[in-house]
Amino acid sequence: MSAFQAAAGPDREVEHEQNVATHAAGGLVSKRIIVGYGFWIFLLSDIIMFSAFFATYAVLVGNTAGGPRGSQLFDLHDTAVETACLLLSSFTCGLASIGARMHDGRWFYGAMAATFVLGVGFIGIEVHEFASLVARGAGPTRSAFLSAFFTLVGCHGLHVTAGLLWLLTMIAQVFAKGYRPDILRRVLCFSLFWHTLDIIWVALFTVVYLMGAGQ
Amino acid sequence: MSHAEDTEDRHHRDTVPGEERLDGHATAEGVGAYLIGLGLATLLTVVSFFISGTTLVWGPSIPVALGVLAIAQMGVHLTFFLHITTGPDNVNNVMALAFGVLIVLLLIVGSLWIMMNLNHNMMPLDQIMQMQR
Repeated sequence: MSAFQAAAGPDREVEHEQNVATHAAGGLVSKRIIVGYGFWIFLLSDIIMFSAFFATYAVLVGNTAGGPRGSQLFDLHDTAVETACLLLSSFTCGLASIGARMHDGRWFYGAMAATFVLGVGFIGIEVHEFASLVARGAGPTRSAFLSAFFTLVGCHGLHVTAGLLWLLTMIAQVFAKGYRPDILRRVLCFSLFWHTLDIIWVALFTVVYLMGAGQ
Repeated sequence: MSHAEDTEDRHHRDTVPGEERLDGHATAEGVGAYLIGLGLATLLTVVSFFISGTTLVWGPSIPVALGVLAIAQMGVHLTFFLHITTGPDNVNNVMALAFGVLIVLLLIVGSLWIMMNLNHNMMPLDQIMQMQR
């Protein structure tokens, strides 16, 4: 049952058409549901894009061109700290969305600040890891495996960086404009985005780091 | 209950991803869901990291176990963080998710299948070199 069918009676043609008219005017189905659903579709398309990078990585993981393999490069302690940062930030982001809905400034700003700090920690470790790989001569140009690795992990890192900028924007907008419905819709979309990044990271640390370290 | 009330009521039960039912003093319940999610996700992550380095289990089973743990953890995230449920108010979101999962599976399994076939059917590199002499 779709949101639109839900709003329209199954056996009432006339009422149905009236409802369609009200939909067009932003009537029965709340804008929050439409915005959230549309953003959910976008997130799924983003996940599909990531799955293409995952497929590329899985195909190329053995093509090291005589260079280092994953098990010689990855430091699982770093990965564990990164995972903890992102998981905790996903949790605090959830707290922030509750705070926003409750119009509670202390909760919202505090949880958003914690999310930001944890996200910056994640990015810092990742940048450090990339720099040390390049310094060891294992940059993206070394082998097909490393090209795929930098593309996949780097793309996730870019998403997190964009998410951090979005986070700051949301804090500024709530600060400047208050808990208006349109601002709250943006906060909803941001929290969906941030949770999705954590889901992608689960696939990433499993496929790239844990399976790579075992090979 | 008249039809109008019925449809109005059903409309109110539609939800979006990431939105749990919060009315009034239900904050504690909302936080509780996130806490359960955090606990389960932490548990699954710790088990993943432990299993990847262990010699307690048969080696070739480790990647399979890691895959199962990862999928379980994604399920935990979807349920407790994104609030995707099996309830009637969530059918839209679940259908979109199911379609996304279908495409992801086609992409990944299809790519691996084709490339493994290709590798299997290709002559080893040293043999090609010998033919070129």
